[in-house]
Amino acid sequence: MRRALNATMFFAVLLLIWQLAVSSGRWSPVLLPGPRSVLEYLMSAAHDGTLAEACWVTLRRLLIGYAIGLLLGLPLGLLTSTSHFFEDTLGSLALGLQTLPSVCWIPLALLWFGQTETAMLFVVIMGTMWSVLIATDTGARSISPIYARAARTMGSEGLHQWTRVIIPASLPYLVSGMKQGWAFAWRSLMAAEIYVTILTGFGLGHLLHYGRELSAMDQVIGIMGVIVAIGLVADKLLFSPWERFLHRRWGTGLKQG
Amino acid sequence: MMHEPATHPLLSPPAKLVVSGVSKTFHTNRTTVHALDNVSLTVGEGEFVCLVGPSGCGKSTLLDIVAGLTKADSGTVMADDQPVQGPGRHRLVMFQESALFPWLTVLGNVLFGLKLKPELSPSERLEIAHEHLKLVGLTKFTHSNVHELSGGMKQRVALARSLAPDPRVLLMDEPLAALDALTRDQLYSDIQRIWQTRNKTIVLVTHNVREAVCLGDRVVLLSPHPGRIRAEFAIPLPRPRDINGAELAGYAREITSALKGYITSEDAE
Repeated sequence: MRRALNATMFFAVLLLIWQLAVSSGRWSPVLLPGPRSVLEYLMSAAHDGTLAEACWVTLRRLLIGYAIGLLLGLPLGLLTSTSHFFEDTLGSLALGLQTLPSVCWIPLALLWFGQTETAMLFVVIMGTMWSVLIATDTGARSISPIYARAARTMGSEGLHQWTRVIIPASLPYLVSGMKQGWAFAWRSLMAAEIYVTILTGFGLGHLLHYGRELSAMDQVIGIMGVIVAIGLVADKLLFSPWERFLHRRWGTGLKQG
Repeated sequence: MMHEPATHPLLSPPAKLVVSGVSKTFHTNRTTVHALDNVSLTVGEGEFVCLVGPSGCGKSTLLDIVAGLTKADSGTVMADDQPVQGPGRHRLVMFQESALFPWLTVLGNVLFGLKLKPELSPSERLEIAHEHLKLVGLTKFTHSNVHELSGGMKQRVALARSLAPDPRVLLMDEPLAALDALTRDQLYSDIQRIWQTRNKTIVLVTHNVREAVCLGDRVVLLSPHPGRIRAEFAIPLPRPRDINGAELAGYAREITSALKGYITSEDAE
């Protein structure tokens, strides 16, 4: 309760400073619109459906791309963690590509796939996959060998050992890898949407881009707020339950008092 | 044998272990370690044998080879006249550091080995798991997370987890080394009580001579570089034994002085 109050107070003060800065008249309202006009923009965008449409287009690209990135990254990470051959080949490739900012995939995606949904998905998948692969690889390597030994004496082998021992044991790494993958996917998609117009759907990035073109600062700030909000909600919905489970089971992250 | 035969009609009988001429060498980049050199040992059905020796004498390696987790360079291990070729459910290992799975609850850990026995129904598995948690006195902690338990409680869960699938041989690799003295004393009596009711063949590795004398029917002494069996001592004391008993201390003194002899003679070489 006290913490919720602290957070509310903090953001109320931020809003107040913003409003005071606007009221002082030092800056042109074109460059610095007040909280009220940003809110008005958001209300009207919500009312005429552009906001919901853009959110839906963006989230659909993000979720599909992220899911594919996970489905590729997880098993490939397990593969590189088990064999020297895949570690030296695929593992090295992944390590290299992971350092490549995912925005850099956009020119290639456009040339290969044109201004299509596929290009958008490709960028998201490239943003997700390599970091998930690396995190899975690290996780599977870091688990104590004693777990596998204990499991083997109880008769656990092959697929059973993978699904019941190695994957659960590396869960803390997997979740942080998935979280990192999500952050990369989100960033790369926003970059791609600002950079390219895809006629099959206008996402949040496009609204941001048009806001700049029209010098509609209320739109720019409003959409930025929406992007932040989606990031926070995704974190709470997708990762917080996992993290709470991990903390409870592993006994990590317990605060004193 | 001094103890009663198996009291539970459904439990599988203990197995006989025959280790013959086992050698094992580990190669690292710079050195070669002769962990075991031509070691032979027979453990009777339901016998409790303790392997004692200083660190580096290969006692844990020997246990791993009996478990099937490590392959010997030469020599054989037979469990009930069957050669040991890999890990098997009839020879379970209880490890030094708690090898409990942190992603499962206490009950989940005890169920792990039971779920690998397809002949059991889910309700039978639950029943066996609860029975074993009761045996080690942890019924209250059935649904606890592993990190919420003390060191002694963790090793009790590990004991329940090893016993629940009803192995014929229980291999214990310094199971009590990381515990405080009071907890350890309590576990000595628990292990003796459980062994007398369950009648398993047990091989326990330790560097604590008193512990070996307290628990074993027989204490086998190993010396390092290369790992060899140097002496065997039968411990004909009545059970349950008290770790602080005077007679027990006498045996421990005898074994300790023998052990010191081997270490100093090795160092002089």
